[in-house]
Amino acid sequence: MATTAATPTPTRTRPTSAPSRRTRLRNLRGRLDVKLSPYLYISPFFILFAIVGLFPLGYTLFVSLHEWHLIGGQGDFIGLGNYVDVLNQPRFYTALRNTFSIFLLSSVPQVIAAIIIAAVLDANLRAKTFWRMGVLLPYVVAPVAAALIFSRLFADQSGLINALLGDIGIDPIRWHSDPLASHVAIASMVNFRWTGYNALIFLAAMQAIPRDLYEAAVIDGASRVRQFFSVTVPLLRPTIIFVVITSTIGGLQIFDEPRMYDQFGLGGADRQWMTVTMYLYELGWGAQKSFGRAAAVAWILFLVIVAVGLINFSITRRIASSGEVRKKGGAR
Amino acid sequence: MSTSVASIRQTAGKGAARAASRSRGLGAARRPGWVTYTLLIVFLLASAYPIYYSVLLASSDSATIAQNPVPSLVPGPNLVDNLHRVLSSDIGFWHAVLNSLIVSVITSISVVFFATLAGYAFAKLRFRGRRGLLVFIIATMAVPTQLGVVPLFIVMARLGWTGTLTAVIVPGMVTAFGVFWMTQYLEAALPYELIEAARVDGCSMFRSFWHVALPAARPAAAMLTLFTFVASWTNFFWPFVVLGSSNPTLPVALQLLQASYFKDYALIMAGVVAATIPLVLLFVVAGKQLVSGIMQGAVKG
Repeated sequence: MATTAATPTPTRTRPTSAPSRRTRLRNLRGRLDVKLSPYLYISPFFILFAIVGLFPLGYTLFVSLHEWHLIGGQGDFIGLGNYVDVLNQPRFYTALRNTFSIFLLSSVPQVIAAIIIAAVLDANLRAKTFWRMGVLLPYVVAPVAAALIFSRLFADQSGLINALLGDIGIDPIRWHSDPLASHVAIASMVNFRWTGYNALIFLAAMQAIPRDLYEAAVIDGASRVRQFFSVTVPLLRPTIIFVVITSTIGGLQIFDEPRMYDQFGLGGADRQWMTVTMYLYELGWGAQKSFGRAAAVAWILFLVIVAVGLINFSITRRIASSGEVRKKGGAR
Repeated sequence: MSTSVASIRQTAGKGAARAASRSRGLGAARRPGWVTYTLLIVFLLASAYPIYYSVLLASSDSATIAQNPVPSLVPGPNLVDNLHRVLSSDIGFWHAVLNSLIVSVITSISVVFFATLAGYAFAKLRFRGRRGLLVFIIATMAVPTQLGVVPLFIVMARLGWTGTLTAVIVPGMVTAFGVFWMTQYLEAALPYELIEAARVDGCSMFRSFWHVALPAARPAAAMLTLFTFVASWTNFFWPFVVLGSSNPTLPVALQLLQASYFKDYALIMAGVVAATIPLVLLFVVAGKQLVSGIMQGAVKG
């Protein structure tokens, strides 16, 4: 970089020594500068991604086919042995179930709530900026911090939620021992942090919808609710797909919140809230110290994420396009 | 336009007038009613209360917390005392604050520099494979890189970086999102004429980047800095795996705090408050930028 930046200087300070040769050299350097610079500028990303993104993912496959110990390092090649081991563990299926349960409890209500909040924010509010900033506030709370706060709110004994439930006559819920209840508590941490963030994304998409579409709907006599379902939701389709895909990729790898839900970090006595990434960590850095099995889990989870991403994509597409059919029906 | 809509307003169905006033083209739009504001206030309280709750517990003591599941709305007298206990505890909280600052600042600067450099190339320079390489970068955003944690750990161990901040900083030095973000911005914000003028004046490629593109990228760079800072300040999984307990960042320190003092909830919450205050302050100063950053990114993405 320093050499390219310095090129013009020598020709300027000593122009008389050998003009034609210098000019030719300068031209050559200039042309190389123009040709190579773009690749130089984009190379940091590709180099880094190759080292910390692509290579580890590929190498995970290699590790997963070997005996591999955290400290001992590479052992024998055992083919699919690690995969067989992992797939024979009931705990793996528990982890898979928990991950999906938490994912569904966090993504579905979150997307719906975010769209509603966005619609509310899209109204002609007073103090717009205040409300928009307000919904984003939880974003600056670290997942770890949110988990510590919510694990107290959802404490089985002397927790705030159970106390409030008691006031309206509901028996205390065993938030830390019942699987579904613990999933609800963990999902609420995720929702706490991301609903407002996603609402802003939806808000931006809503504001990009041409207003004359609403005018056309008005002419057809559509009510506000009808407009929302027949104009807003179908036109949000690309944004909904975007949010669903990103929350799938993040949601299925969830680690921070369940890891911090109690002080032991193993996912509960019966592993009732242990997620796949927690299981991966436990295999690799826990008692077994088996990198081979941890890598096998990583690859299985990778395939699961790809599969779910594709399923999500087709479902969201279908939901949104059925909305479009409704819209056409409304136009009649 | 407005007259035609007005005449329709009278003849069209039920919600017509209300809905028409919603559209922005019509100047004097109706203000929304109390239902809207009630919904917003409820949502805002639900967003803010957990944060306030951590302050309430951090200003209390464990006996009071155990007795009163619903804390009083006024903070107790022990906040300073609890914060002091956290900062002087044996898990090295100050050390963690310093570590988090180092990691977040270096990562942010590095991401902004490399992302602007790459974004400039993608937006304004002509080279072979430009389109394809950009699409590739966008596609990498969908790769769950967290799953490469095992080999990444092996690499870091080989390099002797485990337990050091380098192991946390280096993998985050440039992000696909950052490159995409700066490309989008520079495409629209930087006129070709400026670059050409710099080139005609004899600037090398890098100099014209430094003196023309970098200043033009400032607004987007500021937003990218904010997002990167928040992301690395709150990042837990990889630092937790690679750093260990002797050299923690703040989220790792919170985990250590929870593991060793799980009965002392006033202390743990004081830790939560101490770790969250810096970002809340940042939010007060720059929350507006964060909001418009998310909204701009959404429209473009």
